[in-house]
Amino acid sequence: FYLTPPQVNSILKANEYSFKVPEFDGKNVSSVLGFDSNQLPANAPIEDRRSAATCLQTRGMLLGVFDGHAGCACAQAVSERLFYYIAVSLLPHETLLEIENAVESGRALLPILQWHKHPNDYFSKEASKLYFNSLRTYWQELIDLNSGETTDVREALINAFKRLDNDISLEAQVGDPNSFLNYLVLRVAFSGATACVAHVDGVDLHIANTGDSRAMLGVQEEDGSWSAVNLSYDHNAQNEHEVERVKMEHPKSEEKSLVKQDRLLGLLMPFRAFGDVKFKWSIDLQKRVIESGPDQLNDNEYTKFIPPNYHTPPYLTAEPEVIHHKLRPQDKFLVLATDGLWETMHRQDVARIVGEYLTGVHHQQPIAVGGYKVTLGQMHGLLTERRARISSVFEDQNAATHLIRHAVGNNEFGTVDHERLSKMLSLPEELARMYRDDITIIVVQFNSHVIGAYQNEE
Amino acid sequence: AARMFLRLLSDIQWRAAHPKWRRMTSSHRSTSTTAEPHPVSLPAQAQVVICGGGIMGTSVAYHLSKMGWKDIVLVEQGRLAAGTTRFCAGIVSTARPVSIELKMAHYSNQLYQQLEQETGVQTGYMKTGSISLAQTQDRLISLKRIASSLNVMGIPCEIISPKKVVQLHPLINIHDLVGALYVPEDALVSSANVSLALATAASRNGVQIHERTSVSHVTVQKGRVTGVETDRGRIQCEYFVNCAGQWAYELGHSGEEPVHIPLHACEHFYLLTHPLKEPLSNNLPTIVDPDGRIYIRNWQGGILSGGFEKNPKPLFTEGRNQLEIQNLQEDWDHFGPLLSALLRRMPGLEALQIMQLVNCPESFTPDMRCVMGESPTARGYFVLAGMNSAGISYGGGAGKYLAEWMVNGYPSENVWPLDLKRFGTLQSSRTFLRHRVMEVMPLICDLKVPRWDFQTGRQLRTSPLYDRLDAQGARWMEKHGFERVKYFVPPGKDLLDLDHSKTFYKPDWFDIVGSEVKCCKEAVCVIDMSSFTKFEISSTGDQALESLQYLFSNDLDVPVGHVVHTGMLNEKGGYENDCSIARLSKRSFFMISPTDQQVHCWAWLKNRLPDDSNLIMEDVTWKYTALNLIGPRAVDVLSELSYAPMTAEHFPSLFCKEMSVGYANGIRVMSITHTGEPGFVLYIPIEYALHVYNEVMNMGQKYGIRNAGYYALRSLRIEKFFAFWGQDLDAFTTPMECGREFQVKLEKGMQFLGQEALLEQKQNGVYKRFTMFILEDHDTDMDLWPWWGEPIFRNGRYVGKTTSSAYSYTLERHVCLGFVHHFDEKTGEELVVTTDFINQGEYEIDIAGQRFQAKAKLYPFSSLFTQRRRKDELELSGYQRE
Repeated sequence: FYLTPPQVNSILKANEYSFKVPEFDGKNVSSVLGFDSNQLPANAPIEDRRSAATCLQTRGMLLGVFDGHAGCACAQAVSERLFYYIAVSLLPHETLLEIENAVESGRALLPILQWHKHPNDYFSKEASKLYFNSLRTYWQELIDLNSGETTDVREALINAFKRLDNDISLEAQVGDPNSFLNYLVLRVAFSGATACVAHVDGVDLHIANTGDSRAMLGVQEEDGSWSAVNLSYDHNAQNEHEVERVKMEHPKSEEKSLVKQDRLLGLLMPFRAFGDVKFKWSIDLQKRVIESGPDQLNDNEYTKFIPPNYHTPPYLTAEPEVIHHKLRPQDKFLVLATDGLWETMHRQDVARIVGEYLTGVHHQQPIAVGGYKVTLGQMHGLLTERRARISSVFEDQNAATHLIRHAVGNNEFGTVDHERLSKMLSLPEELARMYRDDITIIVVQFNSHVIGAYQNEE
Repeated sequence: AARMFLRLLSDIQWRAAHPKWRRMTSSHRSTSTTAEPHPVSLPAQAQVVICGGGIMGTSVAYHLSKMGWKDIVLVEQGRLAAGTTRFCAGIVSTARPVSIELKMAHYSNQLYQQLEQETGVQTGYMKTGSISLAQTQDRLISLKRIASSLNVMGIPCEIISPKKVVQLHPLINIHDLVGALYVPEDALVSSANVSLALATAASRNGVQIHERTSVSHVTVQKGRVTGVETDRGRIQCEYFVNCAGQWAYELGHSGEEPVHIPLHACEHFYLLTHPLKEPLSNNLPTIVDPDGRIYIRNWQGGILSGGFEKNPKPLFTEGRNQLEIQNLQEDWDHFGPLLSALLRRMPGLEALQIMQLVNCPESFTPDMRCVMGESPTARGYFVLAGMNSAGISYGGGAGKYLAEWMVNGYPSENVWPLDLKRFGTLQSSRTFLRHRVMEVMPLICDLKVPRWDFQTGRQLRTSPLYDRLDAQGARWMEKHGFERVKYFVPPGKDLLDLDHSKTFYKPDWFDIVGSEVKCCKEAVCVIDMSSFTKFEISSTGDQALESLQYLFSNDLDVPVGHVVHTGMLNEKGGYENDCSIARLSKRSFFMISPTDQQVHCWAWLKNRLPDDSNLIMEDVTWKYTALNLIGPRAVDVLSELSYAPMTAEHFPSLFCKEMSVGYANGIRVMSITHTGEPGFVLYIPIEYALHVYNEVMNMGQKYGIRNAGYYALRSLRIEKFFAFWGQDLDAFTTPMECGREFQVKLEKGMQFLGQEALLEQKQNGVYKRFTMFILEDHDTDMDLWPWWGEPIFRNGRYVGKTTSSAYSYTLERHVCLGFVHHFDEKTGEELVVTTDFINQGEYEIDIAGQRFQAKAKLYPFSSLFTQRRRKDELELSGYQRE
């Protein structure tokens, strides 16, 4: 079984999406030029989600990747809801009041977000009312709390993450008279999702990360080469600080059982996540909810199963770690990706491949004959090989697609091997997950001119 | 050679290397800075200042000094022969499709051959010959056409088989070749040394050469050059020659009154190798493989090979830029396709070791022809630049023509195709130039088929009807930046795409144009002719009439409302312009000229009209949209629209009247069509254009009106034997030579420009005669089509070339127009051409080496003028170029 190059391309490009920040008066005044995103499923259905939106009542752009586990319900809910929570957290008091008054009097609402969605990125219609009510409760509380202080982005991000996770938990505990919704909120709460979200406003880049997706900055050095700067820490067993944190939060008696086989309680890979109430609720609460829940939930062995050595919940949090970075002109792009990418590629390679893709061919290290003895034939061979490498760049109009092509198709020499690509993409569903994970990538390209101008102003 | 040159020009100052050029020149020439003589100060004045010490500047200096002008200063910002000249490949090739370029290259070759003997400077001249390869039949046709031209000029050449190619050059792989053109006398030179030799000779003749001197700007007062400002002081001068190569554009714009020199640089790469194991002989022919986009010459036992890639890299768009100069590096990835072509052509070179990939910018022009001549705005400001990568081939000839132009007032050949005045300010936009040269550079290797249109830099000047016509299927060509309709593709019909429509045979629009012609003959057609140049000349008194009577050959003192066809002649009686002039009132005239006359005609008249504030000339080209209504029913359409009788009694031929058409008033209607068919041209103030067009089309419906384009117009005018300026007529043809004596006021006892020359011709006869040829045994479907430039043979002997041709849908034959000369059989001397000489010959036209019988005629077929409006007033004119 063999896929032709066009077939390979149609698989790779099925979920690709690009957004260019519109120019105003011939100029792009935003520090973001645009972004490319794409997903390649390994699970059926895919458990990764992605979101991108522009904040309309505040400045800034939000982008995020979400890696679901134990189903896609939680990742789906987070991808729909999280940005609203963040946007609301960022809103000034007056705007919140205005919005609340509009809802109160049934007037048209100020739009909060402008979404940039691929047609496959759906929103749940059934749950929108429920989600909206939870969100409204949140902003009503914010209005009551009115601290009078200007909103700090870091605070806003942390609050939004925590609040959404809390709402997911509450909604599952309260339930819903509509049986479909009731089942939905339970599925959301019992599945889990990591989130890696970027907020870009001018030169201020905030990364809020929960779990093991990763944000990486592509930096062009003065000599034109590319280097990678991590803007998030993985929350998993490889992160000593994280292991330390978990241990601090629980009695010494549990130290041995907390992390087993590099997993939380021997079960969960990410150490922070949305949902996953099995790691957050008390045993009593879990039992009560499952018993009163619909039959489907009762039949599910996974949900009924209580983690071993489960003594002092919660073991898991959705609180993100926030990193702030001031963008510099040499910061050319940001890659947000789920662990499916980072498992297969080193960040340094990611930086180089995206960097070369975005800047085009010319930044490929030029060949100079200099004093070497090179024959015409040798040079010809070299150039032919370089052209082949470049042509894989030209096949893609999307940096994320290009990265996926490399992630899946790279051979030992670091070049895309069509045969390998074809094999990996034609794996049957049940085998695919063994060879690769879902991959979701967003590549945000920065506008160095604008960033440079910001810098000069300061 | 360099040392000898130093000795010869000991007065030249050699200072520390100019940093800008150090990088480019590298260390080819080692001159010790300490031993340099003291700088000689610049003279305060000179007759001529030439800027640029490359092949062009030195060639102009050489030829001027040979012609007796001595008071000349040549300034060079770096060193002589250091820019593009140093780096160019040094190939002298005469295989050129354009006749004037071929002549220049031929002269250059002859000049370089004897230059070493003349000057003592080694030029590296080596007669190697050149072989142009054809990978396709179409390419072979184009080579055969060039061979025909070379043959009649007496330049040896031969179309050879691939097998013969191998005998001439053992390294060539011939499996994909269908033939080749061998020109045994083509040569190789060291271009820098040729330039130094020319400089040496010029210097001996008294030309002062100053290196390390850069011109900042040229001063112009009252439209004349007065001097040159340099970084070493000012030189007063009468003439300035801009030979600054790729910097010519910038230099032209540096003065207060800009001189627009449309050229733009592109990077150009060629490869140098170490010698082969068995070094290549230095007399091995140069190989040109246009289908592979490369040339290959022997070079110091190895090869030098470069080419013209499909994706050129333009540079210096924003002017001279230090960063870009520094970045001129080898770009192997860019050169890759050319290297592939080289190894495909000569697979045996795989093991040959690379020495260097040279990056040498070349300047290119919007139409792939060089830029030569005098600025239309500043008298005495001459230009020679924009060689499109053929500077060495053209250098000698171009320098000679320009020197003649400066000394005599005109060159010895028709150089209109190269004249700076063919361009205007509109070709001077950097964006336009950047885009256009990216198309031009690849075109150097592309197949040149008839009726090629540029694709870039389009839709600049358009008629207000552009969108309307475009929506009706118009296909466009461009003239002087103006979009003109070629023909209209009927709805539902699709033509071949651009690449596939390239053919030397019957084109795909044949039937489309045929039906447009038929409609012109039987009903009525509309052609938008807005591109024509339109001037209004008026005065308070009789100044306008008096001046124009002197500048134009036909009598303009006609009753108001009459239109006169007249030439605008030079001192030799040759056509500088051919136009129609309507007398609007006693004191004002409306003049219609070909589109590309806009700059030339303006400059010509401006320079010759008296400086009188009461005499006003205005360019009103942009004010009017011109609709040409051609055909027998044009009368009906117009009279219905204007409620005015338009029949011959009321509106005879060659008349002009302002009238209303539809709701629009003040439309200038002239009873001419530039084709010999009945009809009218409407000059419509542009805001009425759409209205009048709509009215005409609506009213015309019942008379079968349709749109038509220039191809139909051309077919009509050529079958009626109408000469067009720029195509058939030029500064070297007189009214007497093309049967237009009746358009000249010789009998009226009035002085006019060119009169003496015409009187002499009238007395002594003419040396060439404009003749019409009907191809007899030519199969329109199967045979190659004539184009222009085909040799004409009379009784087997070459007598001239065609100037234009078209298929006549009425005669169902091809018609070629051209000039017949009479060369003495023994001496080759030109003899008088008589009517008998024309009539008593058997003629053949040579199309790419194949000869077709042709019938010669000196007068058009009278049967074609079926609906003649007035017997004695044949409209004999028309003048636009296609």
